[in-house]
Amino acid sequence: MDRFAWTSGLLELGETLVIQQRGVRLYDGEEKVKFDSGVLLLSTHRLIWRDQKNHECCIAIPLSQVVFIEEQAAGIGKSAKIVVHLHPASSDKEPGPFQSSKYSYIKLSFKEHGQIEFYRRLSEEMTQRRWETIPTGQTIQVNKDPQAGRIRAVGIVGIERKLEEKRKETDKNISEAFEDLSKLMEKAKEMVELSKSIANKIKEKQGDITEDETIRFKSYLLSMGIANPVTRETYGSGTQYHMQLAKQLAGILQTPLEERGGIMSLTEVYCLVNRARGLELLSPEDLVNACKMLESLKLPLRLRIFDSGVMVIELQSHNEEEMVASALETVSEKGSLTADEFAKLVGMSVLLAKERLLLAEKMGHLCRDDSVEGLRFYPNLFLTQS
Amino acid sequence: QAKYKERGTVLAEDQLAQMSKQLDMFKTNLEEFASKHKQEIRKNPKFRVQFQDMCATIGVDPLASGKGFWSEMLGVGDFYYELGVQIIEVCLALKHRNGGLIMLEELHQQVLKGRGKFAQDVSQDDLLRAIKKLKVLGNGFGIIPVGGTYLIQSVPAELNMDHTVVLQLAEKKGYVTVSEIRTSLKWETERAKQVLEHLLKEGMAWLDTQAAGEPQYWLPALFTELYSQEITPEEAKEALP
Repeated sequence: MDRFAWTSGLLELGETLVIQQRGVRLYDGEEKVKFDSGVLLLSTHRLIWRDQKNHECCIAIPLSQVVFIEEQAAGIGKSAKIVVHLHPASSDKEPGPFQSSKYSYIKLSFKEHGQIEFYRRLSEEMTQRRWETIPTGQTIQVNKDPQAGRIRAVGIVGIERKLEEKRKETDKNISEAFEDLSKLMEKAKEMVELSKSIANKIKEKQGDITEDETIRFKSYLLSMGIANPVTRETYGSGTQYHMQLAKQLAGILQTPLEERGGIMSLTEVYCLVNRARGLELLSPEDLVNACKMLESLKLPLRLRIFDSGVMVIELQSHNEEEMVASALETVSEKGSLTADEFAKLVGMSVLLAKERLLLAEKMGHLCRDDSVEGLRFYPNLFLTQS
Repeated sequence: QAKYKERGTVLAEDQLAQMSKQLDMFKTNLEEFASKHKQEIRKNPKFRVQFQDMCATIGVDPLASGKGFWSEMLGVGDFYYELGVQIIEVCLALKHRNGGLIMLEELHQQVLKGRGKFAQDVSQDDLLRAIKKLKVLGNGFGIIPVGGTYLIQSVPAELNMDHTVVLQLAEKKGYVTVSEIRTSLKWETERAKQVLEHLLKEGMAWLDTQAAGEPQYWLPALFTELYSQEITPEEAKEALP
């Protein structure tokens, strides 16, 4: 609405009236403005709006400011409208009712009908562009750089339009996807109910479930992502899949473990394995469930859980207790060490370094000095010098 | 078997056969859904949230296993498991700066940086779900609510209710003092000091003794100035096993 300028409303020399319509309300973009009831006049050069109640109030906009126009059909309780997309206001525009606007379009709302004919005539004027050829008595505001202005405005308007279309398209996609998703979930829910029923029966031993069938059941649960409700299980949530995975891991991790002193945290393993795979990654639960089966499958690796809850994979040949002895030597040499310092010296991750020192402490070889400066370990002199 | 059927009881093995059939049907339905909407899930974080919420409502965890149908056919698994790897890497790289505590916003920024311009968009909700899955690895991953957002813990340090409450108090300014704890939480000085010292020991708090008035305990995890700081090559090395 900032493109409008106050005007007397008198037509200039050379300017001809094309059509006029009563009962028109103006919108600044999507917002109603106080110009709610007026006569809209279309001339060869301008769009003029005069307030029906107060004839002094009259504003106009040159047709050269118009980029393009659209029709907006009437709805329930809504009048038919014409959307007029505009170039930015030129710097030498005469003063008008609005200094600024966040919109680059206005709407003309035809409360007393007449939109169809008005649109037709306005389209014609836009095609003929008579204002370009017929001079008028007063100076006409011309965009200093009409070409650039046009391209720039079309660019902005074009982008706005594309965004709106994309939004509508996206909304449509989402609602369709959501509908399909809901239907899918209904079916999934049936599967969940069924699995609960089966699990109950297994618990209460209704019928003869063979071990084979239990294994099948577990794999169904795995496929659906349903938590295993059967409590009596030898391998945790282990399934055939996890057994295979355990064997694979034993193969994949042998060398990396040897390179890292025989021990790795489960997060390290998770990252290593998944980076190597690239696709069809393991879930954290897959990894844990597979590792829980390592020992019972007599594979050369095992899962170990420290008191802190930290989980590691060790080579069977790795003996953390032996490593403690060498840790004690290292600490003794240096007098005392923090987990950070020890980790750097030995070339381990800080996490595992700390676990080793804690284990050494648990075994009585080290003492701790816990201060605000950090946790520091000393050889346990109480033990060695008594 | 026949006489059981006469009694009208359905046996487990019969239901199992039924489940097998339904599973095949479901797989087909899911394949169809995937062919139409797989992209939507990949590209639209809001739709992912809806998907996850619906799964949770009916008692299904689409991220439990990479071998699950959801993961295999919708690709949701790979999306979250890979995100898990990226989260672990960022946390490891920055641990020495913040003691293993990081704001969700900072984690989000760093993960996005690591993923690069052309990767799929990742939302904070996505990060939270990936982190919940990582907990099972025993590395101490935890989610602590503070001031409307979350602190992410990535080390096995024990943080109880007392520690959490002090973290929440510190979130407003990035630091906290003993007096503030006494006033806001109505604790004894001793209790406040114990909590603060624990945070210091864990490297999650730094002590500023030169502050005007009394010493201030700053949490590097809450320093907004550090957010834009790149992960250095040395830090990145720390992240790779």
